[in-house]
Amino acid sequence: MIAALKVHKLTRVFDVSAPWLNRVIERKPRQYLQAVDDISFEVPAGGCLSLVGESGCGKSTVARLVTGLYAPSRGQIAFADDIDGAPLSAQMIFQDPYASLNPRWRVRDVIAEPLREMRLRETEAEIRARVDELLLTVGLSPGDGAKFPHEFSGGQRQRISIARALATEPRFLVCDEPTSALDVSVQAQILNLMRRLQDELGLTYLFISHDLSVVRHMSDRIAVMYLGRILEEAETEILFETPRHPYTRLLLETIPNIENPRRAREAAEGEVPSPLNPPTGCTFHPRCPLADSRCRIERPKMLMLADGTRVACHRVAEAEGNSGREARA
Amino acid sequence: MPDIPVLEVRDLRVEFPGRYGTLTALDGVSLHIQAGEILGVVGESGAGKSMTGLAVQGLLEPPGRIAEGEIWLSGRRIDQLSNRQMEKVRGREIGAIFQDPLTSLNPLFSVGSQLTETIRLHLDMNRKEARAHAMDLLRQVGIPAPEDRIDHYPHQFSGGMRQRVVIALALAAHPKLIVADEPTTALDVSVQAQIIALLRRLCDDLGTAVMLVTHDMGVIAETADRVAVMYAGRLTEVGPARDVLRRPSHPYTRGLMGSIPALGRRVEVLTQIDGSMPRLDAIPSGCAFNPRCQDAGPRCRRERPDLIETGSGASACWLVQGGVE
Repeated sequence: MIAALKVHKLTRVFDVSAPWLNRVIERKPRQYLQAVDDISFEVPAGGCLSLVGESGCGKSTVARLVTGLYAPSRGQIAFADDIDGAPLSAQMIFQDPYASLNPRWRVRDVIAEPLREMRLRETEAEIRARVDELLLTVGLSPGDGAKFPHEFSGGQRQRISIARALATEPRFLVCDEPTSALDVSVQAQILNLMRRLQDELGLTYLFISHDLSVVRHMSDRIAVMYLGRILEEAETEILFETPRHPYTRLLLETIPNIENPRRAREAAEGEVPSPLNPPTGCTFHPRCPLADSRCRIERPKMLMLADGTRVACHRVAEAEGNSGREARA
Repeated sequence: MPDIPVLEVRDLRVEFPGRYGTLTALDGVSLHIQAGEILGVVGESGAGKSMTGLAVQGLLEPPGRIAEGEIWLSGRRIDQLSNRQMEKVRGREIGAIFQDPLTSLNPLFSVGSQLTETIRLHLDMNRKEARAHAMDLLRQVGIPAPEDRIDHYPHQFSGGMRQRVVIALALAAHPKLIVADEPTTALDVSVQAQIIALLRRLCDDLGTAVMLVTHDMGVIAETADRVAVMYAGRLTEVGPARDVLRRPSHPYTRGLMGSIPALGRRVEVLTQIDGSMPRLDAIPSGCAFNPRCQDAGPRCRRERPDLIETGSGASACWLVQGGVE
């Protein structure tokens, strides 16, 4: 497996202190928020890695770090080299197609902006030809270029966002919840389009979502995040068949299941704690049914299992015992 | 009498008169909910599911109005009541839960004072009794240490806890019917499961009828007894949740179910319904779904199908009503 993107010990800290005057008068201390906490992962070339987790787990921050919209506090992000020797180019698709398109621009200008900015085409005629081609690629018609974003439905707008992202011929797409603002039937259209584009253009996706059924449909590997850390990372089928981490198990148990609803179940108690003041040790320990004193004190190390799953949990490490350690050695 | 449904809506038609003609937001909607039953109302955005909930509560924004049809609450007709009379019905007989728990609570008052205000408005209680009742309600919806939490303000609660407070508020006067509009959409999955379980338990324990408006088929599968599917302001299919989700009879429901990525297995290509729902000013003649329907025939473009009983449920489709030719 060639990695298109390697992320090594990435950390991002935000300063969320009160303004200077409040700190002086009210004697408030400086406050920091560790949005992403020492995470490492690799995205296989031509594949799709998904980051899943509940709100506030840092998955969108990772997307913004990878695309350079935030600078990392610590750690490295490295794209593999493309055929021409330069690093892979990356683009991003945003969640809300109502906010990510300029309402005053015609669609053809929205899509042409990256072409003009990066001087990828010489003449106006070439730009027009490329824009028409992109519109066709995402299932719109060239005539739609003359319209404004408000004339389109949510799903069509997301197609425009995708066309804009594809304009620079990127090899890597970071998709931050691309379908959460859409209705299910439209979501299916967009997911099918993204899968088709991946096959046709050889794209690599870093896919961010909170919806496990969407993630299962799209990804080769899944990383489960909780309060800025990756708790488990595994191949999609392995993660759904044998979830190792107690949090992954909780997530899989609590999502509503259409085919097999479990109405009698007991919902797990508790909510995600504030990331401003995360629990010590393993951040999941206050909600974990298996937690003991060690979990409260010691942060679990990432353990590589024989089937390629990585998991950060003391209990799993103890249960796996020797087999886990052998795999790592 | 157990036979009278808590809510009965008959042939409801809601119109919005405008400068460029009248828009029909709801057209021929009929449904009923029995005590202790959860009816899921599903559809995509703009299908009219929230509008149905608002019409039942008498909360249509002018110029929107009920043009035809009747709404009955426990054998009493409520669609013709004045605003003042409806104010007594809302809160007392119909409780409401909205999507965003932050905007449905007043940030300037403690949850206790909001609860006691609602309780004293609808029930004959003094301050002390009302406070005790408020404490009971908070306990009922699973808020830990209600004696401490009752004097806290909404911002001191987390999203899931806030939604529990909103549910307590909806339950305050023991309503017969709760209209819950996307109650779990703003919440994370693990909290969503808690709220779903809570709604189900309250419905079973108190015998409250619930109209659950949502776009999430998973939530419907886990909670609803029966489900009504809406499209372009019309009902396409009504039936027991199990049957509608597993063996949908209407092509729209089938497409909708196929477009949801399955958790249990992986499919290469999702079923997709091409196009999108028509705008209210451009609803096609005949069956509203006919331009997107693969099985549509000439009759679908010509005549509008009625909602006709088919086995356990009801479906508005010519396919199950004697052919599309």
